[in-house]
Amino acid sequence: MERFDYRRPGDAATAVRTVAADPSAVFLGGGTNLVDHLKLGITAPGLVVDVTSLTSAELAEHRGGLRIGAAVRNSDLAADDRVRRRYPVLAQALLAGASGQLRNMATTGGNPLQRTRCVYFQDVTTPCNKREPGSGCSAIGGYNRYHAVLGASPHCIATHPSDLAVALTALDAEVQVLGPAGERTIPFGELHRLPGDRPDRDTVLEHGELITAIDLPEAPIAANSAYRKVRDRASYAFALVSVAAAIEVEQGVVRDSRIAFGGVAHKPWRAHRAEAVLRDAPANETTFREAAEAELADAVAVDGIDGGNGFKLPLLTRTLAATLRDLTGETA
Amino acid sequence: MTPRAIGMDLARRDGPAKVTGTATYAAETAVDRPAYCHPVQATIARGRVTRLDTAAAEALPGVLAVLTEANAERLASTEDGELAVLQSPEVAFRGQLIGCVVAETSETARQAADLVEVAYAEEDHETELTAEGEYDAETTGNVEAAFAEADVVVDQTYTTAMYHNNPMEPHATTALWQDGTLTLWESTQGVHPTRSTVAEVFGLDTERIRVVCPYVGGGFGSKGLPHANVVLAAMAARALPGRPVKLTVTRPQMFSLTGYRTPTIQRARLAADRTGRLSALAFDVAEQTSKVKEFAEQSGKPSRTMYAAPNRRVAHRLAALDVPVTSWMRAPGECPGMFGPEVAMDELADALGMDPIELRIRNDPAEDPESGKPFSSRHLAGCLRTGAERFGWAERGPRREGRWLVGRGVAASVYPVNRMPESTAVIRFSGGRYTVDIGAADLGTGTWTTLPQIAADALGVPVDRVEVRIGDTDYPNASVAGGSSGMITWGSAVVDAARAFREKFGDQPGDGDEAEGSVSENPDSERFAMSAFGAQFAEARVHADTGEVRVPRMHGVFAVGRVINPRTTRSQLTGGMLMGLSMALHEQSVLDPRFGHVVNHDLAEYHVAANADAGQLTAEWLDEHDPHVNAMGAKGVGEIGIVGAAAAVVNAVHRATGVRVRDLPVTLDKLLPGLSPERAL
Repeated sequence: MERFDYRRPGDAATAVRTVAADPSAVFLGGGTNLVDHLKLGITAPGLVVDVTSLTSAELAEHRGGLRIGAAVRNSDLAADDRVRRRYPVLAQALLAGASGQLRNMATTGGNPLQRTRCVYFQDVTTPCNKREPGSGCSAIGGYNRYHAVLGASPHCIATHPSDLAVALTALDAEVQVLGPAGERTIPFGELHRLPGDRPDRDTVLEHGELITAIDLPEAPIAANSAYRKVRDRASYAFALVSVAAAIEVEQGVVRDSRIAFGGVAHKPWRAHRAEAVLRDAPANETTFREAAEAELADAVAVDGIDGGNGFKLPLLTRTLAATLRDLTGETA
Repeated sequence: MTPRAIGMDLARRDGPAKVTGTATYAAETAVDRPAYCHPVQATIARGRVTRLDTAAAEALPGVLAVLTEANAERLASTEDGELAVLQSPEVAFRGQLIGCVVAETSETARQAADLVEVAYAEEDHETELTAEGEYDAETTGNVEAAFAEADVVVDQTYTTAMYHNNPMEPHATTALWQDGTLTLWESTQGVHPTRSTVAEVFGLDTERIRVVCPYVGGGFGSKGLPHANVVLAAMAARALPGRPVKLTVTRPQMFSLTGYRTPTIQRARLAADRTGRLSALAFDVAEQTSKVKEFAEQSGKPSRTMYAAPNRRVAHRLAALDVPVTSWMRAPGECPGMFGPEVAMDELADALGMDPIELRIRNDPAEDPESGKPFSSRHLAGCLRTGAERFGWAERGPRREGRWLVGRGVAASVYPVNRMPESTAVIRFSGGRYTVDIGAADLGTGTWTTLPQIAADALGVPVDRVEVRIGDTDYPNASVAGGSSGMITWGSAVVDAARAFREKFGDQPGDGDEAEGSVSENPDSERFAMSAFGAQFAEARVHADTGEVRVPRMHGVFAVGRVINPRTTRSQLTGGMLMGLSMALHEQSVLDPRFGHVVNHDLAEYHVAANADAGQLTAEWLDEHDPHVNAMGAKGVGEIGIVGAAAAVVNAVHRATGVRVRDLPVTLDKLLPGLSPERAL
């Protein structure tokens, strides 16, 4: 760990100006990921700017939906009655993530910005294009059980670890950002990038841009929603695959749906193709499977230690079918 | 010796100190002006260091010393290759120590360690264990003929993964070299064995070394033998005389420096007639060892004594690879060695259409098949029958509950009764109280509480009049807490000291009266084979869609002689079972053969069972009386709880799903191909 300066400015605008002016500066939220990285030598900022008290820690009604202040802790967000009632997928995703202690620290603004848990990214003694562009991707041909089957590139097959972000993607949330040039709004589904040839860039945020709030739109469909996370132990593990789903069925026919996948791509994966298959189709096992298979049409599994990640394809199909079956009351 | 205190359900004496945070662990030792040591580790798996530039590290403010092979002291003994720290530029495995930084703060030491520039001449390395190669076989009877003539044969290959001990407290040392004397506050399973090892490595008289360790936050074998980090900490302290140096091994560093269990590839063959009588048993195990220090896990050992097969073959292959040093992990030998055979027994029961409990009882030998000696006590059948009743074996499934497939499995356990050759206790009377001094260890096992129980009965006094002082080489010599031998060995020394004390001073001792006693060989071990036995039961639920495995219930029934303290015993047994569950479902050190190191080297990626994975986990024991094992009538309980547990889980998963997984851990990807979501029951 290297020495760094620590500052706690009086307001968000000052924090943004401070970070924007210093290429080695970073924002500090709950610290549940950044502090690990400082210890592991993954990052060595010269300046850490604490923003935990500079953005709202409130949840407020907003245009029929909810505005979540960036400083709202994950545990508070999961416990909020409005969230539990109107967006159960979001509460479930939060509770499926990390541990109680970590959820008490992690913030709404920081959680989507956590970085991949790829073991090679986290091990500075191995090559990693995300950590050190041009050095190579050790996960290809290595331990890639947790890695991407959708949207990966020859430069990076890492997955995004956040559960919250998968739910927000399905819910068409919007990200409120304050930057040196002012405010802007980013659709949540466009916040994260695919790796391409720049896997070092996780999101479209520019240096110095700060997430100040996340807006949930009004979404009656979300009242019938769920998050299903499949993992290697019953708690405190990252997703092998996860499904965030909301669905509306009328007389046995799917009218509308919102589907996103976690654990399969460099970003939370909005399953537009699956949604298209579901629309106006009979709400049954066959449709659910066809929806998953349509989304996975371009999926690519990679070989690796203990067989690689090919198991994710059937697993995702089965998990989506199981999740939609539960939401629609269909029996197999 | 009449058991009065023995058998009492006493709470841990060290409990209040631990839960209030006042129990001091090695790294927390209060010393003046501590310096901090951070290792520099090799980033190649094999070769040599050609250049080590420490200038940038030394220039960092706060750095006190940088040790490398070039300036480190020459050790008196390099016989133990693991402990020959900084003695040669050769690199034998990735993560090996090639230097260290000592600084005013741990952060500075860590930063400076990163600034050490290293160049290597790298050589090809081999880190992957295979089954092919030479085996050392021990054979009784005519195994191949028995297989040729058998009605039913099971011939399968099973694998266990590489496993790392992950105690809550990482390995840690506070070391002080002052006035020619070395003091080590060390997290260890044996202060005296650590002292003798360090004395030999540095060429010091044992009187010039003191090792102190009142509390250990778990060891499971990884703190049984001192590892390279202890030598490095002592070296760093000797480089800074008068200045205490702290070295806490980080979690990732533990994966290359503090030992682990070898992976195994096990071919298990069973031959039986239609009635289930075994005619032959053959067990071939491939294992690995580091090239710097040979350690051979004795996985074939339990199959020699477990079942009455007249024709037996046990074979080991030990592959020397460019890997970190293998070492002790809870029940070395028995734990991996009872996986393959106990799953094979389940497969044989299936092939015969027989209850696996009945199959085991039918092959329960009257005497030890290996030595021909009678067992001092052997209640395997009782454990199996009692457990079957308690666990509801008759309703073992398979059945379906919603989307969950449910089944129950069983496996047997065994662990030998071990006694170490050396340990001494001194009993002193003062102010109406007895004090027992012995350098024993309590690694969470309960020694602080159970030794007084033994002493009280041996002295014939109430237990609250006895206190013990342990965990310090200032007390008499004690053996390592290993091989489930601690309580047997130290307890025997305490009983001997109490006998001597009573002979000398009777029931009315005076202030200052003192007597000493030691453990001696057990004459009965010539006449009897001695082991503890047990039966493990598990219920598995497997999700029909996703293949997720949950184990809501496990129950173990053990025959472990007389139980000293039900509370600490239950804790040891269920702790072992939980570790076995963890082995069955989660644990796996993933060694990337391209680099040569374990890449999932932290608790987020190396999964141990979390609270949510542990369901109803219970253990009980039979009322076993064994007059031959020792004066207490007790068998060790530290390890038997893990033995057989993983096999019971795998057998339960098979019962639930019809899918037989032979490679641990049982992860969902191994179940999915055989798991139709519509599996009808």
